[in-house]
Amino acid sequence: MDFTLTEDRAMLKDMVARFVADNYPLEKRHEIAESTDGFSREMWAQFAELGLIGALFSEEDGGFGGAGFDISVLFEELGRGLVVEPFLASAILAGGVISQLGDDEQKSALADIIAGGRLAAFAHGEPDGRYDLSAVKTTCSKGEDRWTLNGNKAVVLNADTADLLVVTARSSGDAWDEDGVCAFLIPADTDGVEIRGYPTIDGLRASEISLNNVKVPDSALLGAEGKAYPAVEMAIARANVALCAESIGLMEVCRDITLEYLKTRKQFGVPIGKFQALQHRMATVLTEIEQARSAVINAAGRLTLDRIDREKAVSTAKTLCGQIGRLVAEEAIQMHGGIAMTWEYSLPHFAKRLIMIDHQFGDVDYHMARYIELSAAQAA
Amino acid sequence: MDLNYSDEELAFRDEVRKFLDEELPKSLSDKVLTGKRLTRDDMQGWHDILNNRGWLADGWPEEYGGTGWNAVQKQIFEDESCAAGAPRIIPFGLKMLAPVLIKYGSDAQKDYYLPRILDGSDWWCQGYSEPGAGSDLASLKTRAVRDGDHYVVNGQKTWTTLGQYANKIFCLVRTSTEGKPQEGISFLLIDMDTPGITVRPIILLEGTHEVNEVFFDDVRVPVENLIGEENKGWTYAKYLLTHERTNIANVGANKVALAHLRHIAKLQKIREKPLIEDPYFAQRLAQIEMDLDAMSTTNLRLLSSPDSVANAGPMSSMLKIKGTEIRQAINDLTRRALGPYAMPFVSEALDAGYNQEPIGPDYAAPVAADYFNNRKITIYGGSNEIQRGIISKMMMGL
Repeated sequence: MDFTLTEDRAMLKDMVARFVADNYPLEKRHEIAESTDGFSREMWAQFAELGLIGALFSEEDGGFGGAGFDISVLFEELGRGLVVEPFLASAILAGGVISQLGDDEQKSALADIIAGGRLAAFAHGEPDGRYDLSAVKTTCSKGEDRWTLNGNKAVVLNADTADLLVVTARSSGDAWDEDGVCAFLIPADTDGVEIRGYPTIDGLRASEISLNNVKVPDSALLGAEGKAYPAVEMAIARANVALCAESIGLMEVCRDITLEYLKTRKQFGVPIGKFQALQHRMATVLTEIEQARSAVINAAGRLTLDRIDREKAVSTAKTLCGQIGRLVAEEAIQMHGGIAMTWEYSLPHFAKRLIMIDHQFGDVDYHMARYIELSAAQAA
Repeated sequence: MDLNYSDEELAFRDEVRKFLDEELPKSLSDKVLTGKRLTRDDMQGWHDILNNRGWLADGWPEEYGGTGWNAVQKQIFEDESCAAGAPRIIPFGLKMLAPVLIKYGSDAQKDYYLPRILDGSDWWCQGYSEPGAGSDLASLKTRAVRDGDHYVVNGQKTWTTLGQYANKIFCLVRTSTEGKPQEGISFLLIDMDTPGITVRPIILLEGTHEVNEVFFDDVRVPVENLIGEENKGWTYAKYLLTHERTNIANVGANKVALAHLRHIAKLQKIREKPLIEDPYFAQRLAQIEMDLDAMSTTNLRLLSSPDSVANAGPMSSMLKIKGTEIRQAINDLTRRALGPYAMPFVSEALDAGYNQEPIGPDYAAPVAADYFNNRKITIYGGSNEIQRGIISKMMMGL
């Protein structure tokens, strides 16, 4: 066992931390988040040039990393800067599915994704599917050499700026079956694809997508017909490691801002950090953040294990990070008082993102239930 | 980052398993795993077996007979020992006093006392708390007044764990009332058979005799039994409280307790189905499993981190808080898992050799008593509120 970062990852961490600290102050982040695209293409190009997108892909796919700890190291630092560029949508999610299922032709898109020249999004979740990974009601039916897709996709990250979409649809089975889920790689401007983009409360961009008789060629199918589910599950496992790591960065920023405030804000003639009621709550926040960090390390390290152990570790991390993230965000706001209710102050923007991470790819309740199911399956 | 054991660590684990398989008496592990009470001989016996193997002092420097294990090896030893049903090692001499002796004791004190701790000649107990000095330990009042070559000690200590078995006690005593309370405290080693010492049992809420009161009435203690300098005892006392961190989170024991809870939850029935399938119960169990899984990594991470020495105080506070919270959650859920059979309490059933038919399931007898007994863990060793205070001051500068 070894809990130190390899030299390469320590360098990656330092590089991202420095770049974000120098180039991504909060005012700049607001400006970027409020722009039409919801992210900065210029910034994205710089991230690509630094090799940060490549760090999320294996060498085989043209990257130079792609392991759990590459994801966790990078996303923790992105979290600290509240970075809004589409690492998750384009690289981890869409890129992750293409990497697992794509043929040589389809995988050629990865080079452009890694270089930052093309953007991809992952259209999987549906309006009444909540977090269930197999809840695909969008249909795909096969004609002679074409497929026709019909259905709706919900809260798809960064779809309104994507060049490519990875879309899931069902060729057979009931709405909740794992079998029968297909994935397609299609241009976002394909006829019949209607994308309605909107901002999210934490400064990101997402879209509702409707697919109306969308005709795609056979060559758009990723992998075998009806067999995409395991790749979807794996891509979302990696996404959850990324989100949990991002939450660690956010938690530590919330902690540090709050600590600074406790030392400087005076009431009753003393810094409010002198009050035991606040000291003990802050000590709990510190202790729990260590637990969240451990859960993320466990999940990142266990991504290579067999399915049940991998998914249990991911659900553990997402549950604990969800619980502790909420604790940190709510305590940070409460201990600040009124100032934390203002747009102008820094803290609430970190707190908003921290809370909203629980709404991506499974909240505390979902992952708790999933962990229990996986444990039962393992015991059987 | 690598969460897997290295080849060397796996080989070490195998060596530990082989040792436990060969040397841990089955009669003893049976007692531990079924929650029976241990006798002094049980505890001393395991101490001796470990000492013969050279595996007793995992926190000592090698020159004094320590094992030289790193944090991962210590955890492997702990996990394997707990899983096999080894008794906990009696910590008072080995883990509490010895680090103080090694850091602050004279050569003569080290040469005399350390070997006696290892070979079991001395059973130490701790004289810290007093009736009026609990969380506010520095307010202690037991007086030691210099009289020629002796200190004359008067006062009372309390919560003295297993003092009924001890022949020695290390004590915090007041040698000055000037300045801050912390500045007038000294650290004394006292023979329990010195005239003027009286030990009285305190029976705990679940009926066991685990702790005692110790009274000192004109007890004469040779001055050479002072550790370090007079009035510097607070420094040594704090060192003692933070030094032994390896085991403070009790991860190994908590894993065993959780496995036992799972076992019980599979056997208990709710509406004809195993309790473990009940959604409410399953959720509580899952929460503990998740917390402990993270805790196991937190423990190793903090103990093997390079700044663990600098941050020993607050880090051990974090481990203590979280480890004890998880243990109490396990005890609580185990109690509830039994339903009405948590109630019957035949005290003799917890002694080895009791051979009557159990009341209810055979695993039920110790459960409620353990729950009540373990309410102590968030209180002793500096209550968890005191630990939060330490984190606030030392880690956050509040």
